Amino acid sequence: MNAVVCPVQPDMAGIAAGPARPPSAGARRQRRREPVSWIALAALLVSLLSLLPLGFVAWVAWQAGWEAASALVFRPRVGELLVNTALLVIVTVPLCGVLAVTLAWLTERSDLPAARTWAWLAVAPLAVPAFVHSYAWITLAPGLHGLPAGVLVSVIAYFPFLYLPVAAALRRLDPGLEDTAASLGASPWAVFFRVVLPQLRLSICGGSLLVGLHLLAEYGLFVMIRFDTFTTAIVDQFQSTYNGAAAHMLSGVLVLCCFALLGLESTARGDQRYARIGSGAARLPQKRRLGRYAFLGLSLPLLTTLLALGVPLVTLTSWLVAGGASVWRLDEIGPAVGQTLALGAAGALLTTLAAVPMAWLSIRSPGRLQRLLEACNYLVGSLPGVVVALALVTVTVRVALPIYQTAVTVLLAYALMFLPRALISLRAGIAQAPVELEYAARSLGLSPARALWAVTMRLAAPGAAAGVALVALGITNELTATLLLAPNGTRTLATAFWAYSSEIDYAAAAPYALVMVLLSLPMTWLLYTQSKRTAGR
Amino acid sequence: MTSVELRGIRKTYGGATVLDGIDLGIDAGSCTAIVGPSGSGKTTLLRIIAGFEAPDEGRVVLGGRVLADGADSVPAHRRGIGFVPQDGALFPHLSVEGNVGFGLPRATPRRAERIAELMDMVALDVGMLARRPHELSGGQQQRVALARALAQRPRLMLLDEPFSALDTGLRASTRKAVARLLASANITTILVTHDQSEALSFADQVAVMRDGRLAQSGRPIDLYLRPDDPAIAGFLGEAIVLPAQLADGWADCALGRIAVDDALRVGPARIMLRPEQLQVAEVASDAAVRGQEPDACYGAVLDTDFGGAVTVLSVRLLPAGRAGSTPDAAALAMPPLLVHSPGLHAPVEGATVRITVTGHAHVFAEP
Repeated sequence: MNAVVCPVQPDMAGIAAGPARPPSAGARRQRRREPVSWIALAALLVSLLSLLPLGFVAWVAWQAGWEAASALVFRPRVGELLVNTALLVIVTVPLCGVLAVTLAWLTERSDLPAARTWAWLAVAPLAVPAFVHSYAWITLAPGLHGLPAGVLVSVIAYFPFLYLPVAAALRRLDPGLEDTAASLGASPWAVFFRVVLPQLRLSICGGSLLVGLHLLAEYGLFVMIRFDTFTTAIVDQFQSTYNGAAAHMLSGVLVLCCFALLGLESTARGDQRYARIGSGAARLPQKRRLGRYAFLGLSLPLLTTLLALGVPLVTLTSWLVAGGASVWRLDEIGPAVGQTLALGAAGALLTTLAAVPMAWLSIRSPGRLQRLLEACNYLVGSLPGVVVALALVTVTVRVALPIYQTAVTVLLAYALMFLPRALISLRAGIAQAPVELEYAARSLGLSPARALWAVTMRLAAPGAAAGVALVALGITNELTATLLLAPNGTRTLATAFWAYSSEIDYAAAAPYALVMVLLSLPMTWLLYTQSKRTAGR
Repeated sequence: MTSVELRGIRKTYGGATVLDGIDLGIDAGSCTAIVGPSGSGKTTLLRIIAGFEAPDEGRVVLGGRVLADGADSVPAHRRGIGFVPQDGALFPHLSVEGNVGFGLPRATPRRAERIAELMDMVALDVGMLARRPHELSGGQQQRVALARALAQRPRLMLLDEPFSALDTGLRASTRKAVARLLASANITTILVTHDQSEALSFADQVAVMRDGRLAQSGRPIDLYLRPDDPAIAGFLGEAIVLPAQLADGWADCALGRIAVDDALRVGPARIMLRPEQLQVAEVASDAAVRGQEPDACYGAVLDTDFGGAVTVLSVRLLPAGRAGSTPDAAALAMPPLLVHSPGLHAPVEGATVRITVTGHAHVFAEP
């Protein structure tokens, strides 16, 4: 899994937590002086720190100068990578979109048998790390390689990022609009294309951005099926020449690609409002009868589940069976689980703590400064792990050698990469506790500090816990930055899996994959229920 | 000529009967209001007429064309029935122009003029066409929704509580404007509402629904003054229901002798009066005790509720005033009467009043 996140964002029109999303245009509260100042300072510090990788890329480009930089950037090899990466994004994202919208419509708006089960099964592929997906496919079809393979595995691994927000938006859509369109003479197809689809635009944009950023950032998936993208090339460069200017320049181009995606999404999203206008409770949407097409309707989720869950499950099982008891080297697996959990817990706590000031500001004291800082955080969250890792390697070597190759650097990288995840969950949590409740508690005789503790903290706790869980589980499956930054001797589940599968010892890698999938299942469940709750508003 | 005909409409949702055999005829060009408490099935009935849902049983006929016969139902988009939902349901992704023109195919001749004409019909400025729905006020949204529905030139217009989201002042004026517009276009209209005063003022025919059945339908004034039972009476406005003895077109009750609208009934019955039929006049407190006028009815004001133009008085009847009668236990046990009095010069709490009745009391049919 990568730097980019997909928890559901309950307080915004677009569901997917795309980075650089403009904060909700909530009512501007009057700024209260005293508590804001130090919180704002803390938020400023965190944001500056989070700008480190970006600043690094800019600084390296500046240092190299135009001549050297252009020599490194304008090479046939870079052009090749650019074409590869662009083709990957251009083909994969629309395919994911069509699959996700169709699945979401089937599970949310038709009388598909066992729709709830299919809905959950459409999210479940997220529990399988992307590189485990490609491990499964390469096992099944060893000849798989190149763009078609990349597209196939990417669609399977990433379509849930689009499915989740689209399904949530479909559920929340006011069916009154569809009724009205029908009363104006629009046929069911016309209703879908003229009324339903335009309103899914925000969620489709957000989800597509998320998929695109994952495609840019993913390393393991594409290495295994021998498809070169910027990220794989950067890691190769780093591993062969260590810290060379070539790797830095490539990562500069990658950053520009990310910005291009962000800009594209923000243009496509537009600044229109899509929220329900009227007051009053929305009627529950009617399910459309599939009738004799039920069989056809069932075949799509069935096929998707077979490819996205069946293939990893079958190959994992076959490797585990083939490997027998000997692959369960508990003396290795035990420490790997321990180290992963320790890194996950520490990283999650650190990230969540770092997100508190920012989240607090954005709910309680929204303003221009806060919007700017928040945009910084999201921007960095959208950078591939490899860019963050590369920046941290160089910066620590030059400026803070004592923390080079220590857990501190790894945790710092995690914090930078997963800050948006924590931020979104925390924001939702704090938004649950409007300041009026705190005032009410104070009017009932509680001191400000006790009111904060007894009301706001209590109400924000579930959101914070969700944030911690999402970050921890993101760390559990993180591969790229961990590979580049982890101290010698550190072996997480992901890096151990990677080491074995790089040696083509697929049987020995299987237990690690299994443990990662099992650890990730709760996260997908969390995402699933979160998106339901949002829709249940 | 009957425009809309509903015959034996039934609908159940998972075992719960929502509509239990609705029969209703609606004249062409008229306006019918369907009222009922929430959960009475009125919105479901409207959705069946619109074609969003199919009835389990029963027929929907519009101008001689069968739209639904049991589950065999013409889908909504082929019915050509206008529909204005509660909150307008404007498409948020389209401008006002896009909304109004939604049902007009691109190739419609003089499309832009038609849209401008529709805006004019609902008294909206054409300058608003470029606006987005969220930039409009509630009343404007409602009018855009109406224009959008009118674009279809429907023979039948369905209004689902379209005024309930508006505030009180806007509500009355919008209601009046819509009624006038639909009447002048000669469009048959069905309005669903839970607001009885809206129904009474808006419609030519009022149909009261209760528990999935049509409890009563008729002209507003008939329903108001001659409801079939106390529940309907209470639903359409405050009602005073009293036990009485009938003879020769007169009723003897706690309020004395009152003329009734049924000259033939004899014996015990329940009668109904509307609060505005009672008038109170303040009298000296000992007048009631002395009982100067044998047929007069006196009461003590227990409570006053000032509401601006009208003050509602709670009055307990004083039995002693009536000639030849001992204090009447039934009268004492009766809940206080609610009487409307002009806000100006209303009697104060504790005052003694003389109560007189104008008009006829309505006699309920025997249950």
